[in-house]
Amino acid sequence: MLAALARRAVTGLAVVAGVVTLTFFLLQLAPGDPVERLLGPAATPEQVLAQRRALGLDRPLMVQYVAWLGQFARGDWGRSIATGRPVLGLLAEAVPATVELVGLSLVASYLVGILVGAIQATARPRLDTALSVTTVTLFALPGYWLGLMLVMVFTYWARWLPAFGAAGLDADLLTGWARLVDRLRHLALPLTTLALIGVGGAARFVRGAMRDVRAQPFVTAAQAKGLAPPRVLLRHVLRNSLIPIVTLLGLSLPALFSGAVFVEAVFAWPGVGRKLVEAVGARDYPVVMAATTISAMLVVAGNLVADLAVAWLDPRIRHGEGDR
Amino acid sequence: MTRADWRRVVRDRRGALGGAVLLLAVITALAAPLVSAGDPAAQRDVVATRFLSPLTTDGHGVFHPLGTDRFGRDVWTRLAYGARISLGVGGLAVLLSVLIGVVVGAAAAYWRGPVGAALLAFTDFALALPRVVLLLLLGALWRPSALLVIVVLGLTGWMSVARLVHGEVRSLAARPFVEAALALGVPPDRVLRRHILPNALTPVIVSAALGIGNAIMLEAGLSFLGLGVQPPTPSWGNMIASGRDTLVNAPWVATAPGVALVAVVVACTLLGDALQDALDPTRRRP
Repeated sequence: MLAALARRAVTGLAVVAGVVTLTFFLLQLAPGDPVERLLGPAATPEQVLAQRRALGLDRPLMVQYVAWLGQFARGDWGRSIATGRPVLGLLAEAVPATVELVGLSLVASYLVGILVGAIQATARPRLDTALSVTTVTLFALPGYWLGLMLVMVFTYWARWLPAFGAAGLDADLLTGWARLVDRLRHLALPLTTLALIGVGGAARFVRGAMRDVRAQPFVTAAQAKGLAPPRVLLRHVLRNSLIPIVTLLGLSLPALFSGAVFVEAVFAWPGVGRKLVEAVGARDYPVVMAATTISAMLVVAGNLVADLAVAWLDPRIRHGEGDR
Repeated sequence: MTRADWRRVVRDRRGALGGAVLLLAVITALAAPLVSAGDPAAQRDVVATRFLSPLTTDGHGVFHPLGTDRFGRDVWTRLAYGARISLGVGGLAVLLSVLIGVVVGAAAAYWRGPVGAALLAFTDFALALPRVVLLLLLGALWRPSALLVIVVLGLTGWMSVARLVHGEVRSLAARPFVEAALALGVPPDRVLRRHILPNALTPVIVSAALGIGNAIMLEAGLSFLGLGVQPPTPSWGNMIASGRDTLVNAPWVATAPGVALVAVVVACTLLGDALQDALDPTRRRP
C-alpha cells in the first residue's frame, strides 16, 4: 500500500512538472507579448527592449525556464507584469476563494447526489425515471448559463441575492453576524450553480454503482439471512458502492475546478480561475505559471486523497489484494 | 454494430428521444437558410427592431419567433445558424479525438514492448492534465477561430478513447477468431486493421456520443469567455455571452441558446446511455 502510494505521488509530481513545462513553453510559443500589452501601442522599440531586459525576458528560453523553476522552488514567485504586485500575494487572496467555492460545492453535491442516487436505486420505476430525467438535465447544464439564469431569477426578478463578487461594497464596515450574512448571500448563487451541476453527475453515478452492487451474490445472501431491508441497503449496498464513489470524488475535482473557472467568470468570484483567465489575456507570464501550477497541484492532491480514502474504506485494497 | 443493435437503440425510449432531438438539431442546422429569416447578422433599423420580445412582428413585417437581440438581429435565425457552428465544431472535435485515440490505443496494444508502455504512460499523463487550463491557454494564445476550437478540443479529448481501444484490442487479441486469422497466415497488421479494430470500435461509439455533448458544452464555454467563435458569426456560446449584457431588457437572448444547448447535450447523453445498454448484453433491460 505504501509503495503504491509512493508510486502515485511520484506520478503526481511528474504530472505537475509536465503541466508546468508545457505551460511555460506554450506561453512563449504564442503570439502576443506582455511588455507590448503593458506599454501600449505608443511605446518606442527602445522602451520595449529596455522593459524586456528589466523583466529578464530577453534571455534564452532555457535560461528563463531554469531560473523560473529555481525561484519557484524557493518560494519566490515573482511579480505580476501587468499589476506589479507579488504573485504570491495575488494568489494567496485567490486560492481560499476557489477552495471555499469548490470544496463546499463538492460536499453539497455529493451529499445530495448520494441521497438522490440511493433513492433512485430503490425507488419504483416511475420515480426512478423522473429523477433520472432531472439528473441528466442537471448534468447537461453549462455552469455559465445556469449561473446567468439564476442571476436573472434571483437578482433581477426577485431581487433577493447579489450577483457579483464575494462580498458587498460595505463588507469592511460590517461586523460579526451581518458580515457572515453578507458573505453567505454572495456565496449562494455561485455555490448553487456548481452544486446543482455536481448533483447531476454524482446521482447518476451513485445510482449505477448501487445497482451494480445490488446484483452481487452477497446482497442476496444478506437478504436471505433475513436482515431488515434498510440494514441491507445501508450496511451492505451503500457501503460497497461508496468505493467507486470516493474514487470519482477525487476524479471530479478537475471537472469541478474547470466548472469553477466559468462560474467564477460569471459571478466575478475572486478565485484562481478568474485570475487565470485575466492573466492569460494579459500574457502575464508569472501569474499564469503560478496559477497553473497551483491548480495542477490541487487536482493531483485531490486524486491522492481519494486514493487514501478508498484504501481506508476498502480493506482489500488496504492490504494489497485489490491490485487490478 | 449490427442491425439488431440499432433496433434495440431505437426501441429504447432514451435512444429514440435522444436520436430524435439530435436529428432535429442537425436538420435545423443544415436547413438554416430555409427555416429562418436568412442572414444571421442582418440588421435593419437597430433602434426600432432591437429587444423585440418573442412572437412579435417588427415594422418591416418580419416575424420574430424568439425575439431580437440588442442589434435587432433575429434570435431564431442566429440560433439556427449557430447550430451549424456548435454541432459542427462539437462533431469534428470528437471525430479528431476519436481518430487520435484509436491510433494511439491501437498502436499501444500492437507494439507491446517499450513503445506501448511509453504510449500508455503518455496517455495517463495527458489524462491527468487539467483540461480546462489547457483549453484556456491554447484558446487564448492564438487568434480565436472555429478551427482552433476544433483542434484544441480534439487534442485534449482523445485520452479516454485511447484507453478504451487499448483495452478492447488487448482482449480481442486473445480471442479464437484472431488466433485463427493469424494461423491462416494473415499478416498481423492486417489482422489488427480488418479483424480487431472494427470489433473494438463499439465502445468508442458510446464514448463518442457522450463526448459530442461535452465538446459542444466546452465550445460554448470557450466562446462564452471570448476565446472561441467570434461575433458576428453566431455560436450558442457567444450568443449566451452577448445575452448576458441584456439579461434585464431581453432575457430571451441568453435563454434560447442555453435551452438549445441543454437539449442537445441531454440528447447526446440519452443516446449514449441507450447505445451502451444496447451494446452490452449484461446491462440489457429485460
